[in-house]
Amino acid sequence: MQNSSTAPSNTVLDVNNLQINYETRKGDIEAVQGVSFRVAEGQTVGLVGESGCGKSTIAFGIVNFLGANGKIVGGNIRFQGNELVGRSQEELKKLRGDRISMVFQDPMQALNPSVRLGEQLAEVLTCHRDISHGEAWERSIQMLKRVNMPDVENLMGRYSHQISGGQQQRVVIAMAMLNNPALIIMDEPTTALDVTVEAAVLDLLEELKQDFNAANIFITHNLGVVARVSDYLCVMYAGQMVESGPLKEIFRDPRHPYTMGLLACVPRLGDSKLESLLEPIRGRVPPPAERPKTQCIFAPRCDYATEECRQARPGLTEVIPGHLARCIYALEIQNRKRTRKRRKVEGSAAHAQVEDTDEDLLKFDHLKVYYTQESNSVVSLFGMGEKKFVKAVDDVSVRVAKGRTLGVVGESGCGKSSLVKGLIGLEPITGGNVHFMGLDTNMPVTERDTKLIKEMQMVFQNPDSTLNPSYSVGSQIARPIRRFKTVPRGQVKDEVIRLLKAVRLPPTFYERLPRQLSGGEKQRVGIARALASRPDLIICDEPVSALDVSVQAAVINLLLEIQQVFGSSMIFIAHDLSVVRFFSDDIAVMYLGQIVEIGPADAIYLPPYHPYTEALLSAVPIPDPDVEQKELRLSGNVPSALNPPSGCRFHTRCPRRQEMLPDGGKICETEVPPWRTSDRNHRILCHIPLEELRKIDPVVKVRKDDG
Amino acid sequence: MAVSEQAAAPLKIGRKAGLLKGMWSGISVLLASKIAVVGLAIVLFWVITATFAPLFTPYTPLEQDWKAPNQGPSSAHILGTDELGRDLWSRLIYGARVVLVLMPITESFWLPGGTALWGVIVALIFGATLGLVGGYYGGWIDEIIMRLLDAMMAVPIILLYMLIMAALGASAVNVVIAITIVGTPGIARLVRSLTLDIRTREYIRAAETRGENAWHIMFMDILPNARGPIIIDAMLRVGYAIFAMGTLGFLGLGIPPPSPDWGSMVAKGREFILTGSPWAAMWPSIAIASLVVGLNLLADGLREESMRYQ
Repeated sequence: MQNSSTAPSNTVLDVNNLQINYETRKGDIEAVQGVSFRVAEGQTVGLVGESGCGKSTIAFGIVNFLGANGKIVGGNIRFQGNELVGRSQEELKKLRGDRISMVFQDPMQALNPSVRLGEQLAEVLTCHRDISHGEAWERSIQMLKRVNMPDVENLMGRYSHQISGGQQQRVVIAMAMLNNPALIIMDEPTTALDVTVEAAVLDLLEELKQDFNAANIFITHNLGVVARVSDYLCVMYAGQMVESGPLKEIFRDPRHPYTMGLLACVPRLGDSKLESLLEPIRGRVPPPAERPKTQCIFAPRCDYATEECRQARPGLTEVIPGHLARCIYALEIQNRKRTRKRRKVEGSAAHAQVEDTDEDLLKFDHLKVYYTQESNSVVSLFGMGEKKFVKAVDDVSVRVAKGRTLGVVGESGCGKSSLVKGLIGLEPITGGNVHFMGLDTNMPVTERDTKLIKEMQMVFQNPDSTLNPSYSVGSQIARPIRRFKTVPRGQVKDEVIRLLKAVRLPPTFYERLPRQLSGGEKQRVGIARALASRPDLIICDEPVSALDVSVQAAVINLLLEIQQVFGSSMIFIAHDLSVVRFFSDDIAVMYLGQIVEIGPADAIYLPPYHPYTEALLSAVPIPDPDVEQKELRLSGNVPSALNPPSGCRFHTRCPRRQEMLPDGGKICETEVPPWRTSDRNHRILCHIPLEELRKIDPVVKVRKDDG
Repeated sequence: MAVSEQAAAPLKIGRKAGLLKGMWSGISVLLASKIAVVGLAIVLFWVITATFAPLFTPYTPLEQDWKAPNQGPSSAHILGTDELGRDLWSRLIYGARVVLVLMPITESFWLPGGTALWGVIVALIFGATLGLVGGYYGGWIDEIIMRLLDAMMAVPIILLYMLIMAALGASAVNVVIAITIVGTPGIARLVRSLTLDIRTREYIRAAETRGENAWHIMFMDILPNARGPIIIDAMLRVGYAIFAMGTLGFLGLGIPPPSPDWGSMVAKGREFILTGSPWAAMWPSIAIASLVVGLNLLADGLREESMRYQ
């Protein structure tokens, strides 16, 4: 059932029809049911699904970490031939020994902050194996070298907070590998990392898989990531395994409507709003208590559901040997018509009409946002020391035309958020000029005129903190309406209900409190609140990063729709390059407080690239195993903005200057690069001439052969 | 507009139901904790007997029975009498009145809400304001406010009480002032720490990008979200205030005689403990202890239960 490379199926873990319940005050809740899969040596099984679908519960079930109220109520888990279900904690310890290890999402919490890394690593060995401390130490050093850590001897004496997030995760992985486990369970190991770091960690996992021949379970919500690392896929929905099969098979020929929906609702890298549309899955993952018991669990959200689907919970149908789908129409789903029509987002292309007008809505020149850094020295205590600045945004010039969308991308710590905070007046601007609607807007928000304030509003990242938990949805949307007097007093409530409708929420939400809403609904209310003052410019700071993919698509569609109806301009910040590409007309790539490349969206994603853009693009996980992507990895992290590198700020990590510039790119270390302008206002800040940059191959290629 | 009318009708019902539902969910949280229920029972016992004091006793607290001084419990006087033959039960529940239900401003003018409650409320107003300002503005404003409050906290509480009362003289209003001065720094610290956390939330950013003024943000956006811990802290503080009133009364710095005051009752009754009639000192001591313990249980139970709900 496997494609070529992997070893013969030497099964390490065999999960069969697993069922896990949680006891709560309201009775037992079915967290996981009907999950079966097998992991062989040297194989990776990916568990994908949105949050709340029971992925982590499976992992905890395998290692018996379910907590006081969780219990396995059915099925088997066989590890290396031994049954794990129904054994006591002591027996389990003996059976599993040190043969299963786990890697979690947050490396900060996996490492003890008050113990040196070396001690933590060595302890794993001295605890499980009967070996001396010295030998354990030696082996730890070797393992750290194996996970590509630099300067290993020094590292052993450091604490976890002294290394970066990506390095921490490498240490955690090294720790998991130390005992040479037969099974490694990874629960969202790269979710907390930047794309560039994530790509490097995924590369490492791939290498380790080949070297150590362990069985891997990889849990993630990100289809792109799973496409890169897995051989075999299990799609989870609301506690059930709805589809399983070889990775490529599922991506090419999904047979469950949920899998099809998941694949259709993420933009591929290069997709744009002009030519394609995202198809969100309606509704949301039902909480465990509300899951239908007597019908297909996905039926309420399914576009293909018929009466028959509502009769009973379907079993697994075998599509081809090894490919199972929990749908009664699995064999014919490709040919079936949708039983429910989708609401069309009308004429998404109409949007393209906005010409590149000369009318700038927002223009800023040489914008600088610095934070002063308090020095700890005695001299500075008396105000005599040299003041240091974190140059979060340093000399950035951009213009945003009316009705267009500017996307801003870059790793975390590149100054994206500081840039918009400076624009909107939440952070004082250190230097430069901001002109908004022809007016000078250099002052903080408290000193701005109300008329100016109402034209610039913001949508925030975190759905859980974007709404004030003490007030109802209605009164939170009404507040800006009252404040800016958008409508006469008597009509405020009508206006709120109109806005609720505009963001596709029913008027009954007026009285709801934020805690009664799901993440996507909260984000919609946040958008409605930003729209309430009818602003000309909406700044979206990672508005969809914290949402599940199916909800994310709906929110993106909503924002596009709103832009059409209200004609507002937007600044869209995101770290997901596929989303930014999809959403924006123009894109600015930021690195360490500076814009390194700016231009129309389609131009950014094709050569000539700035080397940084090229590296970012090649790191994006693409949810399509047939796409070939260049492997260009950046070393290290974004340097400190307190003391940015001289010359070109990117020279410390630049993968191109050695090969493409004479003299190994000495010039990059000393001189600030010039702006190189290609056609259509596409500008690149680099020493490498455009002609050279043009010769680079595109990052993404669709593989023609079949694997 | 037809649409809005249709929408408005169910909305009104929704609001009422929502309020009831909110109250019910609050009560159900309280009832879920056994500790809180015990605490509530004790506190309610005192509140009810104090509020309806005249219904629970045939005597007034000042009525003297010369024939029966320093007696133990009997059918005429269920808890006994003090050295002047006054009924201890009457004095006890009228004393609870001063603490929990009514505050004497002058002889004839009584303010609803007990002295201890008023002390905590006024302390909350000052403490919350200082904490909000310090926490929200930060910088040197915060530095000044917090250092001043630290300085106040450095003085031992009992000494501070005695200094204030000695300077102001004994009266209910001055007891409130003393409780306020002593309580403010602690409340300010609590509110400040809550503010420091809440002000980083994005809905505060949203209010700022709306150009709201700082007072609106502090009192309308931050304070309501800090209410949980503040309410629990306030319950504990009412307990401390009752304790403080008892102490002041015992030292003769509390509410002036002859009005019934638990502290001064203990002080008077103390002389007769060894002569075989400990009742006059014992009952008010038990009253103070039970009320303080009751409030603590209530606060602890609520805190535990509300934590579990998160």
